[in-house]
Amino acid sequence: MTDQPDQSVEGVEGEERDDLSKAESRQIRARSVRLLGSLVHPMRGKLALAVVVVVISTISQVAGPSIIAYGIDTGLPALLAQDWMPVALAGLAYLLAGVTGALLIAWFTILSARISQAILFDLRRRVFLHTQRLSLEFHESYTSGRIISRQTSDLDAIRELLDSGINQLVQGVLYMLFTAIALFLLDVESGFILLASLVPLLVLTRWFQLRSQRLYRRTRVASARLIVQFVETMTGIRAVKAFRTEKRNEREFGELVEQYRESNAKVIRLFGVYDPGLVLIGNVAVAVVLLVGGFRVIDGGLEIGVLLAAVLYTRRFFDPMEDMAMFYNGYQSATAALEKISGVLEERPSVADPEKPVDLWHSAGHVAFEGVEFGYTADRPILPHFDLDIPAGQTIALVGSTGAGKTTLAKLISRFYDPSAGRVTLDGIDLRELHPKDLRRAIVMVTQEAYLFSGTVADNIAIGKPDASRDEIIAAARAVGAAGFIEGLPNGYETDVNKRGGRVSAGQRQLISFARAFLADPAVLILDEATASLDIPSERLVQDALQTLLADRTAVIIAHRLSTVSIADRVLVMERGRIVEDGTPDELIAGDGRFSQLHASWRNSLV
Amino acid sequence: MQNQRDMQNETEPRRAGTVATLARLRPYAAAALPRIYTAMVASLLASLVALAIPQVLQWMVDGPLADGDASQVWVAAGIVLGLGVLEAVLIGLRRALVLTPGTHVESRMRNALYAKLQDLPVTFHDRWPSGQLLSRAVSDLNLIRRWLSFGLVLLVVNVLTLVGGLIILIVMNWVLGLIFAAAALPVIAYGFAFERKYSSVARRSQDQAGDLATSVEESVHGIRVLKAFGRSRYALKRFESQAEELRGTEIEKAKAIAGIWLYLTLIPDLAFGVCLVVGVWLASVGQSSVGELVAFFATGTVLLFPIWSMGYFLAMTLDAKTATLRFFEVMDAPNTIRDPATPATARGGAGELRFDDVHFRYQDSPDAFPDLVDGVTLTVRPGETMALVGLTGSGKSTLTALTTRLYDVTGGAVRLDGVDVRDLTREQLRSRIAMAFEEATLFSKTVRENVLLGRPDASEAELREALDIAQAQFVDELPHGLDTKVGEEGLSLSGGQRQRLALARAIAAKPSVLVLDDPLSALDVDTEALVEAALRRVLATTTALIVAHRPSTVALADRVALLEDGRITAVGTHSELLATSEHYRFVISSLEAETHAASEEVSS
Repeated sequence: MTDQPDQSVEGVEGEERDDLSKAESRQIRARSVRLLGSLVHPMRGKLALAVVVVVISTISQVAGPSIIAYGIDTGLPALLAQDWMPVALAGLAYLLAGVTGALLIAWFTILSARISQAILFDLRRRVFLHTQRLSLEFHESYTSGRIISRQTSDLDAIRELLDSGINQLVQGVLYMLFTAIALFLLDVESGFILLASLVPLLVLTRWFQLRSQRLYRRTRVASARLIVQFVETMTGIRAVKAFRTEKRNEREFGELVEQYRESNAKVIRLFGVYDPGLVLIGNVAVAVVLLVGGFRVIDGGLEIGVLLAAVLYTRRFFDPMEDMAMFYNGYQSATAALEKISGVLEERPSVADPEKPVDLWHSAGHVAFEGVEFGYTADRPILPHFDLDIPAGQTIALVGSTGAGKTTLAKLISRFYDPSAGRVTLDGIDLRELHPKDLRRAIVMVTQEAYLFSGTVADNIAIGKPDASRDEIIAAARAVGAAGFIEGLPNGYETDVNKRGGRVSAGQRQLISFARAFLADPAVLILDEATASLDIPSERLVQDALQTLLADRTAVIIAHRLSTVSIADRVLVMERGRIVEDGTPDELIAGDGRFSQLHASWRNSLV
Repeated sequence: MQNQRDMQNETEPRRAGTVATLARLRPYAAAALPRIYTAMVASLLASLVALAIPQVLQWMVDGPLADGDASQVWVAAGIVLGLGVLEAVLIGLRRALVLTPGTHVESRMRNALYAKLQDLPVTFHDRWPSGQLLSRAVSDLNLIRRWLSFGLVLLVVNVLTLVGGLIILIVMNWVLGLIFAAAALPVIAYGFAFERKYSSVARRSQDQAGDLATSVEESVHGIRVLKAFGRSRYALKRFESQAEELRGTEIEKAKAIAGIWLYLTLIPDLAFGVCLVVGVWLASVGQSSVGELVAFFATGTVLLFPIWSMGYFLAMTLDAKTATLRFFEVMDAPNTIRDPATPATARGGAGELRFDDVHFRYQDSPDAFPDLVDGVTLTVRPGETMALVGLTGSGKSTLTALTTRLYDVTGGAVRLDGVDVRDLTREQLRSRIAMAFEEATLFSKTVRENVLLGRPDASEAELREALDIAQAQFVDELPHGLDTKVGEEGLSLSGGQRQRLALARAIAAKPSVLVLDDPLSALDVDTEALVEAALRRVLATTTALIVAHRPSTVALADRVALLEDGRITAVGTHSELLATSEHYRFVISSLEAETHAASEEVSS
């Protein structure tokens, strides 16, 4: 419970804690309210209109009892005197109020849906965009399931609030307000009784607020855990089945489901006290109004009709109370979700877009490392001190055992990470200052993991260049030797690759991802084990394609199969974050260094 | 698309089906039902109490107030207070009764869905985007829970309250009562139209929410690709257009709700207006009293909220119905890969793996296409290591997936020690055959848990041995060694590291048959050589089927099978095939191409 100095609630830190100190709790609450404010702000015009509509509609609804009172108190004596006017007037007024009220309420329903959907859309968009902006470092530590749960179940909580909540809130508050005003106009004493009943109401609400806040936070954490496990199981279903972990998973998932249920049930139980408590307060108020009013009627100080209306108003005042309680409940739940979402939005990408981006319309492809140091964690440097100059147009083969830092090097060139010291430059411009658009156009990396998005094969190739024509897509597929298998698919380029490319083999996926890179046509191409899953003939085709493709561009190729080396101008052998050999393939093979050994053993493995 | 078409074709049966659909929740809700019914009674009593309050008022207006009897005012107020307290207690009781059991129903359904999804074959998961599954498991079940413990109770109670209220109104004054009751007819008529319209929109909105979840998931899992190509904007655009569609659907939904709200507020108000005029006239001609009118309108007012809330509960019920439909779409999905009714006993056989004229094709692949695996007959002898070689897309991975029934053959049979794999339970089968996939899936658990996935009770020594064979000693350098959690704490393993853990996992399972799908593709030459040397020891006694692209991996094998367009075209030792099969040379030999490049350079 103590506030430890090293703990923080910045961003997503401390997200799973539920022992927040008061100050921390205030801090994240404030952040989520700020977010809510910024979402509502652009909607204020529409919101004002909605409020006006609902005000008028509520007035016409609230007018009901008064019209009835008028009908009975004035209309009846008048009718007894054969005067139809007052009662007819009352009847008409009631009809008019009814029609107005109903039409406006319908309009308001649509208006408020537009507002809440616009807010939701804005929030979805912001979270999505921000998630994309956050660096790989964040994604690698936050787990995909959690970020998915932020964007699904947390947004659901907010949607629930907005869906019914705005209706309930605006209507309920106004309804209560107008009922109270009408009551005051009708009978001041009854009005004060109503006012007095607000004191216990506020006390009860405060109690509920404090308790539910903490419980709802727990609910969000529990639901995120649940989603993490769910997503992982479904994504890794093959491994789950192959290693028979179904039963164990069911147990683990069952525990998470139970935790989620338990935290849900706790909030619900809390609400189970809050809601009847409100009803009780309302009913006591009705009894008191009746008691006090009854005596006044006997004293002759009050018309019977007025007492009746006063009692009806008092009761009506509490009618929306259940809705209000539900709104408040939904609000608490949504705020807990907003706290988590605002935490994600507060995360600053460690690889940030430059404030004053430098444009680079045409890149020559000259890459340089100047005194670069890098480690994923501070105590374990991967690249201790690294200098390297890759002239424009050079094709480099990067060789070395796993863990030597080859992939890290590739990630630094493509700016998945930033160096902790020194700089990486393209055509002399620090990557951190380069306009992201130009950076991504100039430098493209293809990795071993060839992820396919749902959609057609053509869609997936077009990721390299979204506005590519069909001809360009086909040309790219031809160039890397992917056209053959694509044309053999049931619908050719229009074949749906389904979930995670279930229907195409790993090698075929790599070919598609090659076609992507080909289509993107970058100045610097980085291939990180991009041919590992290819069979030898396909690899040969890819290499032929590369030879033409790489003729006038810079390339860094990481491959364990040294066949790639044949198309390289220069070979770098890396060991523990340092370059130990550097030369043309011929030089290195002819020498007696590490590469010549590697090459020899690789040659021996060939047939 | 398909769903929308279904909706249109089936409006008639579906309309009848709202109750039938929701009734399917019964098995999950059974335990909670008695409490739900009790809650309905409590809630109904609460409504009755609320209805009784105006009666007390009438009595008071006509009695004590008319007589000026002050002591009776105390009594009347006391009764109203008593009733008020009772109402609150009953509402509290309703919540206490139903809400906790509701969460249990939700849990039960969620666990059942998860278990079913794990049980369903890989073909199902190939077809279903996981966002759709996620939205079912989370949002839909949430909706059903709230409907069960809240919507259902209040819907029933509101209907009963309305019926009861109308009866009281008619008894009180039949003319006014009937006028009010007649107003219900157009509302009910509109209700049916609303149900049809709303159901289809609700369904569309839930499906679109699932699609949106899928997009979110893909944008997260494919983040590296999106970043590498700088396509975040492009992904955002796609996401936006989907979110935009969902927004449109939601607004359509709101319009449908606005429509029914219009009726639900307008018609009772109209009825009230008419009743007011008629009532005052009745009183004027002595057919009614002021007290009666007061009570009539007070009762009518009590009924207004149940009427208005009908729209909300109706919509909620329809949401719950479509959510239930979506839930049962998964639960009803036929599982084509089941355990046999009478499983064959899994003898501790030697581990002979035989393919007998095996065929496989995806159910939905067009007739014009040949089978993906098109009549494979192959025997891997006990203890033998067989390499499977063929071009990308020739069916190698599919063939390996058939051994553990990730897919089932569509013709012929795969036999383990002479027993059709379909005659074994999946548990038996998969404990005897272990697989390593090329795409190494690791879960966010500790390294130890990941490696011991197939045999959690393995000893420390066995774990170490498996890690050593897979050359995965790097685990000791991780921040917490074997207890480091993969996928969290900023830990990202390289492709080669992941592959070695996956290989260690298959070895640690100590199966009689190892099926390895290109398990060394991401390893560098040195590490590969080390793994191979170590692997030879294991393979000496274990039957193995290894998909291979490289000659170095083939070197592990005793024999090689060449797969060409779903058929085995040659089986033999590596050198035999090199000598006899031109296709084999084409697939496995890089020397041809290399002769121009590397070898000449060496000699120069």
